[in-house]
Amino acid sequence: MNDHVRVDTSPHVSDEVQKTTCYMCACRCGINVHLRDDGTGTKKIRYIEGNNDHPVNRGVLCAKGSAGIMQHYSPARLRKPLKRVGERGEGKFEEIEWDEALEIATGWLGDVRKDDPKKLAFFTGRDQSQSFTGWWAQQFGTPNFAAHGGFCSVNMAAAGIYTFGGAFWEFGSPDWKHTELFMLFGVAEDHDSNPIKLGLAELKRRGKKTIAINPVRTGYNAVADEWVGITPGTDGLFVLALVHELLKAGKVDVDYLLRYTNAPWLVIDAPGTADHGLFARDADGNALVLDRESKKAIPYNGKGVKPDLRGEIQLDNGLTARPAFRLLTDKYLDGQYAPEMVSERTGVSADQIRSIAAQLAEAAFEKEIVIERAWTDMKGERHEKMIGRPVAMHAMRGISAHSNGFQTCRSIHLLQILLGSIDCPGGFRYKPPYPRPVHAQPAPHGGGEAGKPLAGPQLGFMRGPQGLLLEEDGVTPQRIDKAYSWDAPMSSHGLMHMVIANAHARDPYGVDVLFMYMANMSWNSSMNTSGVMKMLTDKDENGDYVIPKIIYSDAYSSEMVAFADLVFPDTTYLERHDAISMLDRPISEPEGVADAIRWPVLEPDRDVRGFQSVLVDLGARLGLPGMTNEDGSQKFKDYADYIQKHQRKPGIGPLMGWRGEDGSKTGRGEPNPEQIDRYIENGGFSLTHVPDEAMYYKFANKAWQDFATEMGLQDGPVECVFQLYLEPMAQFRLCAQGLAEPKTPDTHKQRILDCFDPLPDWYAPFEGEGIEASEYPFHALTQRPAAMYHSWGSQNAWLRQIHGHNPMFVPADICDAVGLETGDWAWVSSHHGKIKVPVKRMDAVNGKTIWTWNAIGKRKGAWALSDGAPEAEKGFLLNHLIHELLPPKEDGMRWSNSDPITGQAAWFDLRVNIEKAEAGEAESLPQFPAQDGPVPDGDGPLRYGAAWLKEFMTR
Amino acid sequence: MHPAVSVIFFTVTSGAGFGLMFLIGLGWPMPQGGLGVFIALALAGALAVAGLVSSTFHLGHPERAWRAVSQWRSSWLSREGVLAIITLMLFGVYAFLWFFFDIRSTALGLFMSVGSVATVFATAMIYAQLKTIPMWQTWLTPACYLAFSLTLGLVLAGMLSGNGVVGGLPTALWASLSIVLAWVLKMMWWNRAGSIGFSTTGSSVGSATGLGSIGDVKLFERPHTGENYLTREMVHQIGRKHANKLRLIAVGLGALLPVLLMLLAATGVVPTLFLALAAMSLLAGLFAERWLFFAEAKHAVSLYY
Amino acid sequence: MTMLPERQSGAKSLGLVIDLDTCVGCHACVVNCKEWNTAGYGAPLSDTEPYGDEPSGAWLNRVHSFEVTPTDAPAQIVHFPKSCLHCEDAPCVTVCPTGASYKRAEDGIVLVDEDMCIGCGLCAWACPYGAREIDPVEQVMKKCTLCVDRIYNDNIPEQDRVPACVKTCPAEARHFGDLADPTSDVSILVAERGGMDLMPEQGTKPVNKYLPPRPKATADMAPLAAIAEPKAEGGVLGWLDRALDRL
Repeated sequence: MNDHVRVDTSPHVSDEVQKTTCYMCACRCGINVHLRDDGTGTKKIRYIEGNNDHPVNRGVLCAKGSAGIMQHYSPARLRKPLKRVGERGEGKFEEIEWDEALEIATGWLGDVRKDDPKKLAFFTGRDQSQSFTGWWAQQFGTPNFAAHGGFCSVNMAAAGIYTFGGAFWEFGSPDWKHTELFMLFGVAEDHDSNPIKLGLAELKRRGKKTIAINPVRTGYNAVADEWVGITPGTDGLFVLALVHELLKAGKVDVDYLLRYTNAPWLVIDAPGTADHGLFARDADGNALVLDRESKKAIPYNGKGVKPDLRGEIQLDNGLTARPAFRLLTDKYLDGQYAPEMVSERTGVSADQIRSIAAQLAEAAFEKEIVIERAWTDMKGERHEKMIGRPVAMHAMRGISAHSNGFQTCRSIHLLQILLGSIDCPGGFRYKPPYPRPVHAQPAPHGGGEAGKPLAGPQLGFMRGPQGLLLEEDGVTPQRIDKAYSWDAPMSSHGLMHMVIANAHARDPYGVDVLFMYMANMSWNSSMNTSGVMKMLTDKDENGDYVIPKIIYSDAYSSEMVAFADLVFPDTTYLERHDAISMLDRPISEPEGVADAIRWPVLEPDRDVRGFQSVLVDLGARLGLPGMTNEDGSQKFKDYADYIQKHQRKPGIGPLMGWRGEDGSKTGRGEPNPEQIDRYIENGGFSLTHVPDEAMYYKFANKAWQDFATEMGLQDGPVECVFQLYLEPMAQFRLCAQGLAEPKTPDTHKQRILDCFDPLPDWYAPFEGEGIEASEYPFHALTQRPAAMYHSWGSQNAWLRQIHGHNPMFVPADICDAVGLETGDWAWVSSHHGKIKVPVKRMDAVNGKTIWTWNAIGKRKGAWALSDGAPEAEKGFLLNHLIHELLPPKEDGMRWSNSDPITGQAAWFDLRVNIEKAEAGEAESLPQFPAQDGPVPDGDGPLRYGAAWLKEFMTR
Repeated sequence: MHPAVSVIFFTVTSGAGFGLMFLIGLGWPMPQGGLGVFIALALAGALAVAGLVSSTFHLGHPERAWRAVSQWRSSWLSREGVLAIITLMLFGVYAFLWFFFDIRSTALGLFMSVGSVATVFATAMIYAQLKTIPMWQTWLTPACYLAFSLTLGLVLAGMLSGNGVVGGLPTALWASLSIVLAWVLKMMWWNRAGSIGFSTTGSSVGSATGLGSIGDVKLFERPHTGENYLTREMVHQIGRKHANKLRLIAVGLGALLPVLLMLLAATGVVPTLFLALAAMSLLAGLFAERWLFFAEAKHAVSLYY
Repeated sequence: MTMLPERQSGAKSLGLVIDLDTCVGCHACVVNCKEWNTAGYGAPLSDTEPYGDEPSGAWLNRVHSFEVTPTDAPAQIVHFPKSCLHCEDAPCVTVCPTGASYKRAEDGIVLVDEDMCIGCGLCAWACPYGAREIDPVEQVMKKCTLCVDRIYNDNIPEQDRVPACVKTCPAEARHFGDLADPTSDVSILVAERGGMDLMPEQGTKPVNKYLPPRPKATADMAPLAAIAEPKAEGGVLGWLDRALDRL
């Protein structure tokens, strides 16, 4: 038989290829969706692949993205609006029409807005439309809006913005092309997942070294050239030991510090006065530096100033002041940061710390990169070349989710800045619209008057104690999550993890309507999952639910659906419009300004609507400003219409590409009624290259400032001086000392004094301090598996085969000490709870740390899975062990289990004990009664693609 | 390896059928008269065919089984099919002549006997050829298959012929000699299997992954948390206790009890009954032996799991 | 015909080179392969109990992970993708009784003609690598086709004419090319990085090669020399003076 005729090597693939944006995680890759007639005249997805031209993923696609077909056709998809008929949590619903659903919601929300808008708590989860949902909430008038950043990674965003006007997360990127040494802190799969993989590949190709700092040596950490198996929560100490070594050896970029940072700014040394720790300023508020020539204190931005970094000066008012750098060297040269002093606590040998410090210095200063490209700084000085200190860093969740995460992340930025490696060739680069320092960010707005919109956005960056969102008494938080109160003064994303607990405790007040979107709060998106379920179902003395009304929108039959009173069924990601907007979190890369859309490449086959379109409709029904025409009619037909027509400022809208009536403008321009069509023609995104001269040093680069202004990213030049010394922290300390207004309540004084060091600092994570270390000697963590994203993956017929259940990985030493073997079951306990889990022995992990994959465990009955699904039988959540509150202090006070600065949920502070469970049923505990689903369980077998099977199998 | 019932049944039963056929072809004493001949022929044919039919239950697409005869130049499975068909065809002609014309053709019988041996040998070689399963890859595998096939044939022949005498010895004694030979071979096989591991090829987790030069290699995570075709088919785990019990059953029913029954048959008292009981016991014992043959076999793929 | 083809001069040996130093174990190749092939070559890759108690299905590529413990360094994890190695001496081909399993003479790709497959499973038994799986519903043998319906496909853009796993791999841990051509990129990679065969002792002569993990670094960089007595005048502050003077 002739081989050539046995197989068709050039078969027809698909009838059409539509380009949109993936939504299987937060990475926002470009995808080509191949569609093909299934033989019945229905378009079906033949194949989803990466879009080769897309700036984020350049043609590649991860496991999640490749499993999009199964997500789209999931049997767990909701089909119609739902009204609860059983008790909350049971999952008993009746399907209702959209009109009825919208009328119910309008009734509930209208009453709230008329009486007291803050009685609406509107929190969204993993959506990517916060510039719209926030704007909607602002028009509604409630201060109680946030997305899920507070339990996600706000510490990274806040520490970054406050320090250098950028951030890790997906807001910046290592300069993969030029870096010589890359350090990766606390990253498993995360935001920017494909770009990081592409970047690691590039480093491997170039033969450049990666050092991974992570208690667990899997994934990216497995391929790193050097592994630092750090003890959780001690990264800051490790980093400050590196700082100690570098300072001791004089390996810092003094020129960079002088030009671009507040290292020379004079800090007043006057303990006991209201000026202590603040910058010395002139009458115009300009910070002063000590000029080396004149020996005088003059404004830092004066012409020809030559600032000192080490001296001391008596100011005109008689107070002494020293450059911030002097404080900094005094602090970090102290012996407590010496490698041998931190070694035991961090679990990193002094030799390794010293070796890494030496590698950093060598890469930064011996392997300096010079790009022959002239640029001009914002002071007008021309530089003939771009100098690079090719050390790049990236950090995420493992740093963030600790109660010391803000300071730890600041410590990493300090290290980067001392090396001169922010936004230089080979360093860590901003992605547009960044840099955007605090003074170019909105301030948070509270208040909330009946029937009126809020004066500004709810979320923003706190400038100092004066801006706290407190009631008249100076103590009571205005917000339900207590963001921007003494609990979390520099919260930047809100505290979603506290909303339900506070609303349930009616502290500071109760709410009437809890309105949530894509947030699985009754399961993996909460600490203390069992507690949250109880809070959602608790009734008061009248027999009414303590949280009276819950509206929830989700595309799937998640655990949270069962707890809602009213459910808006959302579409899948292939059936919807979205703007991945410059107003929010665009898809820019360091060398290109880019945003993107999603659009319905398939029409829903169910009675569902995109949630944002529902909000547009509700907004009009409620008569919200901006969403209603003068005659009271609905202003935007749907979300797509809003995306094209809405202007945040004249000429600035959700999308930056093809603006202007004829689509000829970029960044600024009038709305274009055909804008979305232009995006579709271009593959679903818009990309504008950053001019060559503006590629680096964006924080001080005139060409960048001009370009950013022209593109509408900012309204004019924005100065960005790196804040090594963070003055607002000093202000909060003054309040805590009673030296400044508003005065800190007694309860919070010590904590602010302890944690609000204006220089990056390390303190022990709170949970470990609140328990007996001998009782809970181990750390417990979760990591996101690369092939699964939170709970969404569990319904996915393909992904759930890869991760159908999760073991607890236990280091060999602990196994031997406790008598555990692979296959055993164990009890893991914390100060809050106890779970029963299957055990797997592991060596490549920090010896004090047990860990598991995140969010594999499921509640029975959810996600259209069988009750005997392995996710429910053997899978488990660590969340049951984590309380939203810390163990009680001596005075009975229970603090939020959060970073005291930002309110970031500190789920990685968790401390546990583990012991062997007696032989019994092989079932993880706790278990919950199965929830009813509003959709029938999925069935099988699945023969996806059989529709296109032609001659095969029939002969 | 997964011990599939259809394959266990196939190897044992067709072994018995072709064993009997082998003896018929040699002209071994058989019952006289139309009915006797019919029973002998029917038994041999039925066992061989039932075995072959059973083997198709193992196939995903039995309706295409006919395709399996095409690749005799390279495939032992194909050879087995071809040989079985040829042997059965010879048997058909032989049976026709014998039943209708009472002619036992010596030449045809010899061909049939050779075919029977070859068929059983080919069956065994399906397993013995596999480098991936060192436990099977030995001359002892076909030797055991042939010896057990012969033993089954002898016990059945003895049962059919009322313990007919050949070369001065009753069939039961021939069978006893054969069963001793078979179990000596099987003990050698087990002995080898107990220690062989992957030593024939030297394969190890280290060579399977290529990582052995770095250090000690062990599985961290399976590729998927659930079972898959490979784990079900080739990474079959059997408990040591379970295996020991089955070995006792195999030896008890497959060796000790049949020998006892054959010795009883040799006394001349109702030999047919004793030999029939011996045959049943032997079949049962060999089912256990064959179950273990599969269940205990370690496939190279298990190095990845 | 299940005889292996005669090696012809100039014939290609297409295959994969998998970089164990770079693979982060993300399973992108695994799922993209399933996605392309369930609706492509031959019968679907079925899944039984896709939403039930024991979800299971046919896959052509799976990523294992191994823990490797050197004698003098901490344990490390190696992610290990595995699919058909398209062996030169493919035992899966010669054992096939029907001729369904074959190796192409022109490029060495090992394929199964599913219409001829009786689902006996013997080829899977003969393969030491676990590269073949019987589809649980279709009951025919499934295996990696090296995306023979992509690499020559005129209906897709030229740059995408590589196996789906190679195109989608975000870590560039998978390379595709002609390993018979010593000047090809993949052959050069194999030569430079010491590409290895899996289980060479099985005598299968795999075409696919694996690049071993590069040696891990140890804390061996000499510490930085401290400026004498950092806090004293001659220490960091003195150094700072000099540094500032230089600017």
